[in-house]
Amino acid sequence: MPRLTSTQDLEAQRKKILSQRDPKTQTPIVAICAGTGCLGLGARKVVNAFEEELKKRGLENEIEIKKTGCPGFCEKGTLVVIYPEGIYYLKVKPEDVPEIVEETLIGKRLVDRLLYKDPATGIRAIHEDDIPFYKHQTRFLIRDNIKIDPKNIEDYIALGGYSALAKALSQMAPEEVIGEIKKSNLRGRGGGGFPTGRKWESTRNAPGESKYVIVNCDEGDPGAFMDRALMEGNPHSVLEGLIIGAYAIGSHQGFIYVRMEYPLAVENTNIALEQAREYGLLGENILGTGFNFDIRVHRGAGAFVSGESTALMNALEGKVGEPRPKYVHTSESGVWNQPSCLNNVETWANVPLVINRGADWFCSIGTEQSKGTKIFSLVGKVNNTGLVEVPMGMKLCDIIYKIGGGTPDGKKIKGVQTGGPSGGIIPEKYLDTPVDFDKLSNLGSMMGSGSLIVIDEDTCAVDLALYFVEFLCDESCGKCLPCREGLKRVREILEDIVAGRGQEGDMDKLQEVAGLMRTASLCGLGRTAVNPVLSTVRYFGDEYDAHIREKRCPALACRHLISYFIQPEVCIGCQLCKKSCPQGAIEGEEKGVHSIDQSKCTKCGVCYDVCPSKVRAVAKISSKTSGRLDSTQLSIERCPSDEDVRGDEVEIEDR
Amino acid sequence: MSDIDLKRMDEIIDKYKGQEGFLIQLLLDLQSEFNWIPRDALLRVSERLRIPRSRIYRIASFYKAMSLCPVGKHTIHICMGTACQVRGAQKVMDRVESKLKVKQGETTPDMAYTLKRVNCLGCCAIGPVMVVDEDYHGNVASDGVDDMLEKYD
Repeated sequence: MPRLTSTQDLEAQRKKILSQRDPKTQTPIVAICAGTGCLGLGARKVVNAFEEELKKRGLENEIEIKKTGCPGFCEKGTLVVIYPEGIYYLKVKPEDVPEIVEETLIGKRLVDRLLYKDPATGIRAIHEDDIPFYKHQTRFLIRDNIKIDPKNIEDYIALGGYSALAKALSQMAPEEVIGEIKKSNLRGRGGGGFPTGRKWESTRNAPGESKYVIVNCDEGDPGAFMDRALMEGNPHSVLEGLIIGAYAIGSHQGFIYVRMEYPLAVENTNIALEQAREYGLLGENILGTGFNFDIRVHRGAGAFVSGESTALMNALEGKVGEPRPKYVHTSESGVWNQPSCLNNVETWANVPLVINRGADWFCSIGTEQSKGTKIFSLVGKVNNTGLVEVPMGMKLCDIIYKIGGGTPDGKKIKGVQTGGPSGGIIPEKYLDTPVDFDKLSNLGSMMGSGSLIVIDEDTCAVDLALYFVEFLCDESCGKCLPCREGLKRVREILEDIVAGRGQEGDMDKLQEVAGLMRTASLCGLGRTAVNPVLSTVRYFGDEYDAHIREKRCPALACRHLISYFIQPEVCIGCQLCKKSCPQGAIEGEEKGVHSIDQSKCTKCGVCYDVCPSKVRAVAKISSKTSGRLDSTQLSIERCPSDEDVRGDEVEIEDR
Repeated sequence: MSDIDLKRMDEIIDKYKGQEGFLIQLLLDLQSEFNWIPRDALLRVSERLRIPRSRIYRIASFYKAMSLCPVGKHTIHICMGTACQVRGAQKVMDRVESKLKVKQGETTPDMAYTLKRVNCLGCCAIGPVMVVDEDYHGNVASDGVDDMLEKYD
């Protein structure tokens, strides 16, 4: 491939690619999602099965197999789309492949059972836009992922890729680019929501020999994976945004910081960089405009705190990825003390859209203060898990019910956790809140990078708060005392509460430590670390009370406060639980009633999980413990639900 | 012990010649070459690049991706991200711990398995997720762990 030496060259190249891909003459394409999610569900085997089947039938040159990025509907993976018709097959297994080839690719007939079926009406959907999960989304950033092989730059160029770069380099002065971004009111998608244009402007105006632009793909926020999907599924969209930013800011060196937990993102980014250099879209004299810029990939080495801007910049310098005080903004003094502009992956990916379609178009989407779309990872206890891209301002309940299809088993939603370890839980009663940066902050949570983790009545709010605190204890770098010690104290208090050792006054202590950490921690990790605790105290105070005063976990989740119990009148003696119990704590003859030896039981819950759903003989019951877990505690209070009669004591015989 | 391949070591070190801020990248390369970072490898880096050992050690001990002890033949990563957590990752972890008789972060005495916790792999829609070596397994159930591990014996 010869280097493109002008913007006209790029257009000519695009025309050439498109002429080879004329829909009338085009070979059929089998697009298979090869994102990490589908790979985890066996996509590689599906790809192999297609390759073998096509070869067996001598069709390997007639039909193209495209391994694409993640389009979002991970719940139904492996996703396979047949083009040009756009037939959307879900949950494809290797054994389905011969039928797809025979019926759809050769016979031009549908394989009904692989199409989306509406759970209520039973009606099948053939195309992407007929599937409710996609129908209610507004997708600009991840829409093309299923059409693009991320390892092939031509796929991106064919869809109009790098035209925004060409426009910026040939028709706009750097200040005009910044002006357009400012006018679009694009705000940082990594969590803070800082106006991107202002950040660019201050980096451009800051004095310094070299300036750096950086992509933050250290997506450590547990539950969020939109950056992974963009970086591994459509890396060129991020590169294009970054090159435009570099031009606007006056930078000649960029970095992409990718966490090593995303090996496919690292691989695809490196391939994309190589191809962009080959095409003259990176390096010296980009598109013949005299602009020089190159990018280096830096792998993160497994530290959540390194996603913080100053810590990330330390890591780029080869130092330990710990934060430093921000007396001076990184836009003035960042990497090697030079002006540095760091934006999140999704922010950069928005840039080509703004440049191509204009700030006015961008501003027409979203709310007053939050413009454009946002990608959320809709996960947890929801039917359709995956990545969803919606306009800012869509109501949480619409995202969960219209797109997400509600909860499995019709369980009651307790709330939605947003903003990861820096965010909070938004309770069910506020689910009609429109999602944007400010609305979520008002509710004591935050947008964060966009994780929406749906939790149902089986999740205990106190236990979830403890989970986040444990996570942060593990990830705190330990440099500043309020975060290092504060988190440990908070963890101890919460551990006591979930173990039934909570005391009156614990809540006050939590608030006190939280206030201190919020004021005195060095970086955002410590300052926001107590948000999950404070938001659960705010909305689920009654659950804390139940743990502390009644030594009871209303969600029946905290293992120190529950027992497992086999209901003798229901047990059919199938022995499944007995065989699965890792402690050998279950006794009972085949077809006889089984029982759990409470002195051996570690409350792992395997018996509860394996008991056939038609039988449901194993029950979780609230155990009255005072103080530490007492394995000989045998007086058990049966409490299948809050409404159930409490105080109805079941005595289990001592063995 | 000095049975590390010095020639291969030097090749890795030389890749970064003339670059700034490469130390973490170099150590990650060593980690993937040896599956851990042997003491002699750290010393070689220090010697060749004239970087104090203390600085190298500080980095190698800070990051989770770097291991200063040998790891087992297979490495099991169990994702404990929030989405996996609310869908039962703890049960999967408990099951693997009791099956292998090690705690997270430890290696079985026969050096067959190292069990690690990871704080989110970004496969949140298919949680709980367990990765054995490079194979991702989604929607893992605690009672399916035994069968899965048998394939890696």
